[in-house]
Amino acid sequence: MDRENYAISMRGITKRFGEVVANDGICLDVRWGEILALLGENGSGKTTLMNMLSGIYQPDEGEIYEDGERIYIQSPRDAYANGIGMIHQHYKLVEVFTAAQNIILGLDDGKMDLRQTNARVKEICDRYGFDIDPTMKVYDMSVSQKQTVEIVKVLYRGAKILILDEPTAVLTPQETVKLFNVLRNMKADGKAIIIITHKLNEVMEVSDRVSVLRKGCYIGTVETAETSPQALTDMMVGHAVTLNIDRPKYDNPQRKFIVEHLTCVDAEGITRLDDVSFTANTGEILGIAGISGSGQKELLEAMTGLYPVKSGSIRFIDDAGEEVELVGKTPMQIRKTGVGMAFVPEDRLGMGLVGSMGMTGNMMLRSWKKGRGALLRKKDPEALANRILDELEVVTPSTDYPVRRLSGGNVQKVLVGREIAIQPAVLLTAYAVRGLDINTSYTIYRLLTEQKMKGVAVVYVGEDLDVLMELCDRILVLCGGAVSGIVDARKAGKDEIGLMMTSTSAKGEAR
Amino acid sequence: MREERTPFIRLAKRGSMDPRKIWLIRVSSIVIALILGFIPILLTGNNPIAAYGVIIDGSLSRPVYIRQTVKIAVPLLGCALAIAPCFKMRFWNIGGEGQITMGAVAATFFALNFAGTVPHVLLLIIMFLAAAIAGGIWAFIPAFFKAKWNTNETLFTLMMNYIAIGIVAWLQGGPWEGRKGSQLIPMFDDAARLPNVLGVHCGWILVLVLVVLMYFYMNKTKQGYEIAVIGDSANTARYAGMNVGWIIMRTMFISGAICGIVGFMTVSGANYTLYSGVANGVGFTSITVAWLSQLNSFAMIFISMMLAVLEKGANTLQTRMSVPASISDIITGILLFAMLSCEFFINYRMILRGKTKKEVEK
Amino acid sequence: MSMIISLIVAAVTFGTVLMFGTLGEILTEKSGNLNLGVEGIMYMGGAFGLAGAFYYEKAAGAAASGPVAIILAILCAFAAGALASAIYSFLTISLRTNQNVTGLALSIFGTGVGQFVGEFMRLSEGGYVALGNNLKDAFSARIWPDALVNIPVVGNILFSHTVFFYLAVVLAVAMHFFLGRTRWGLYLRAVGESPSTADAAGISITRYKYLATIAGGGISAIGGMVYIMTTAGCVWNHEGLSGVGWLAVALVIFCMWRPLNAIWGSVIFGAMMIMYLRVSIPFIPTEIYKILPYVVTVIVLIITSMRNSRDKQPPASLGLNYFREER
Repeated sequence: MDRENYAISMRGITKRFGEVVANDGICLDVRWGEILALLGENGSGKTTLMNMLSGIYQPDEGEIYEDGERIYIQSPRDAYANGIGMIHQHYKLVEVFTAAQNIILGLDDGKMDLRQTNARVKEICDRYGFDIDPTMKVYDMSVSQKQTVEIVKVLYRGAKILILDEPTAVLTPQETVKLFNVLRNMKADGKAIIIITHKLNEVMEVSDRVSVLRKGCYIGTVETAETSPQALTDMMVGHAVTLNIDRPKYDNPQRKFIVEHLTCVDAEGITRLDDVSFTANTGEILGIAGISGSGQKELLEAMTGLYPVKSGSIRFIDDAGEEVELVGKTPMQIRKTGVGMAFVPEDRLGMGLVGSMGMTGNMMLRSWKKGRGALLRKKDPEALANRILDELEVVTPSTDYPVRRLSGGNVQKVLVGREIAIQPAVLLTAYAVRGLDINTSYTIYRLLTEQKMKGVAVVYVGEDLDVLMELCDRILVLCGGAVSGIVDARKAGKDEIGLMMTSTSAKGEAR
Repeated sequence: MREERTPFIRLAKRGSMDPRKIWLIRVSSIVIALILGFIPILLTGNNPIAAYGVIIDGSLSRPVYIRQTVKIAVPLLGCALAIAPCFKMRFWNIGGEGQITMGAVAATFFALNFAGTVPHVLLLIIMFLAAAIAGGIWAFIPAFFKAKWNTNETLFTLMMNYIAIGIVAWLQGGPWEGRKGSQLIPMFDDAARLPNVLGVHCGWILVLVLVVLMYFYMNKTKQGYEIAVIGDSANTARYAGMNVGWIIMRTMFISGAICGIVGFMTVSGANYTLYSGVANGVGFTSITVAWLSQLNSFAMIFISMMLAVLEKGANTLQTRMSVPASISDIITGILLFAMLSCEFFINYRMILRGKTKKEVEK
Repeated sequence: MSMIISLIVAAVTFGTVLMFGTLGEILTEKSGNLNLGVEGIMYMGGAFGLAGAFYYEKAAGAAASGPVAIILAILCAFAAGALASAIYSFLTISLRTNQNVTGLALSIFGTGVGQFVGEFMRLSEGGYVALGNNLKDAFSARIWPDALVNIPVVGNILFSHTVFFYLAVVLAVAMHFFLGRTRWGLYLRAVGESPSTADAAGISITRYKYLATIAGGGISAIGGMVYIMTTAGCVWNHEGLSGVGWLAVALVIFCMWRPLNAIWGSVIFGAMMIMYLRVSIPFIPTEIYKILPYVVTVIVLIITSMRNSRDKQPPASLGLNYFREER
């Protein structure tokens, strides 16, 4: 059988999470001594698929073969036993341990001898061209060093098949070059390497073959040498699908929200937003595209006063035409200045809603401070909850039923309904349709468009380019925390946006 | 080829459950606990059924017994009410013991120094307020450090207990010592004692009022809402514009103040003096009361009475059947274990090996 | 001078009790379990340790040998503590109950059981339960030859203690070695620091948590036994034992979760607790000494949280239960 030629062969893999099908009958093969790039947009199911190789999940259907022999991977331990090692995007390291201690974690090959471990680590490093001090504590390490520890950890366990989940997302260009050299050395050593990515230039640079997933489905596999970034983009994003989202035009848009030279740095000193400038206008949906972690979350949170701003300005233009500076204000202060700002955050139950409360309790999240005195007013929120229940057709046993137990679509209806109810001047949404079924998604599109036509400045952070291109008026593309361009959604091509999202060169052009 | 393995038992979070079934599980857990309580009684060579009879008889059969039982339940209930908002906020205040003690200290200060000069009611009001403020400050200290530097509140509040107890031990043998060398603080003047109502110091009325007030506070006020939101997710609270640090400090102050009031009631209504064991473990036991009541004020009345019945009844058991009174702690412990465990069966479902995937998804 | 020496010796005696309690709790907390039931565990250890020695003496009569009694007392105490911690482990690890509340429940239960056993023995034996002088001496005997003990100053400080002190020191060193130098110790620390990392590395979280918590409870319980058999003079004395468990919890923080620190830490805490009997400093009331350990612990707690030094922190997942499917 043909699968005997492959290091790993995955056949008809299906994985569901509740109602969501994350992987739908996917087949994937990787040979010894090759680098396979697994390409796909966010939410296309790449990581889920690889997690089934590394033993985090078990497939609902399908088979996995190694060297033609069927294997069962129930746990990470099983994966290691089969020579499969995965370097996750979020490193699984014990911060207070040294590199060597982390590397031997979970191994049971006799007596612990750190000196011997250090020697072996050194040997692995020399062999593949890493550079790492085994006695260094993880909390003292840079992101790139932590990644190196993860890779060495996997090699130390004798992995022959390595999976790297977006390894370059956190690396500088120089570090990326170093990593690729290491990968090539490992390939020369006969190892099978799968690298999950959505950066096309890197795919072209380092991989031998490319397998593409889209929306949980397997699209195809091509030889890197015989393809082009353009062809890959087409495979990855698909042909522009007509979604028939209604996009009316609002006459006379006005500037409503101005962001200038916004720079944010996180607690670890990494720049999350880099000199971002744009305006959001009334009667317009401004789409924000970008691979995940390009600064979308930080941008929206900075605009709402939840994320510390290092420098730059965020100004709101009120009805009288006066500019109100928002930087340095807490969310409560922003609200008190009369800026009608609604925010549908990405983490619905962890930030936008109180999971243990019912709809009524959640309506109060916006209005709880209203009114004099110490008492909570439940009447209006209750009326609002009932209104949203009716208008958005939320399926819930009662308005007091904990929203945590509602389905994803209903949770989002509650959240969006509440945010719209404050009659905002600016409506910020992050991944507003993630995980929702088609019908609910269209409900959300309709609601956002209604808001736009009421003259609200809507910001839509999205991941599905088809939706962005049909729903939005303009699209701002973020790449690595910086703006790589702002395009007219009616004119821009999907491939153009795709390239701006992924390639570092596009960044330069846009500046 | 290898056999496909699945773990013998898998766990999954349960969605919701029929309330009747929930109560069935809770009640049966109590029954199971009481049956397990047979074991130590049997060890002493007594009939368990008869022993339980004595416990009930000794705690509830006569008005005088009931009064004594209520007297035990009052501080338990009061302190559980104090703990509830903290736990709702997921701030693990296990410093009730110390907060009670400091409240008692403040009340005692006024009882010892102003009993002759201030009229009865006014003195009680002053003692009440002083106790509330002292307890509140004692609780505020760890809350401040939690809000500022995220200092571990469990360990901090725990340490504060023993500092408070140590202070009383010092007062007992030092500045407030009555007869030299007695190591005792003098008994309170009548003016500093809480009046009795129906044979029990009027603190029971106070705690019942507190039950209603706390229910009201937690469910009907803005502050109660803030507490509930923080307990669910601090991120959501920030998103809603709440000042999380400030709310933590404020809530802890309130919690400590109520504990302080419990301390006031204990010295002024029950003991008429202050000694280092004034809190007598109430600060700890009440945590279990609050938790087992699912932080519901009214359920706390029932749970605290249940524990009080056990404690009072066990004293009778000791005199009548010469079973050590510590049997009440054992049965209380078993009861707590059982009731804690039963929540697991309410929140999780167990999936035994062999069931197919389809059944699981249902 | 002799006063200081006698103070140190007394501090070591009480410190030994604390050292066992603390070492056990360090082991428990290293696995991420905050077991607040130490107080109850030490009660049970005290009561069952005494019971073990007492009934052995009763059975063996005049032939009772000291070493056997000591070993039996240790085993009984350990078994009692391990059993108590097994309950705690089952509830918190398998049934995922709240650690704080479960620990407090164990405290109530354990003190109850300890008291019950103590009282039960008294009642069933008709009055006074105490070991014969023979065994009593065995428990508080010095183990080094007089020649060593009689060395001026050093002799008393180093060689005049009971076997339990040296056992505790050996245990502390062994635990230091175990946690720092062995694979299992490393894995245990990983479980307490980051259970998801350990889980991903294929370490059985459940097994490590159970083993560490049960063994830790057993070790803590020995502390209770040592108190009853040395300081309390082989008589059940619940008043003296009350609060010792909580002090051990404090000491864990003071030691920064390091077993070697527990050796000197427990002696310092021991000194502070007994200082009021021996030293009087003008203007500082003796009772205030007793709260010093707690004040010092609070200060240590505050300073570590302010300095936020990565190495000197509680195990990162302390007090939290782990459930893999929580996504």
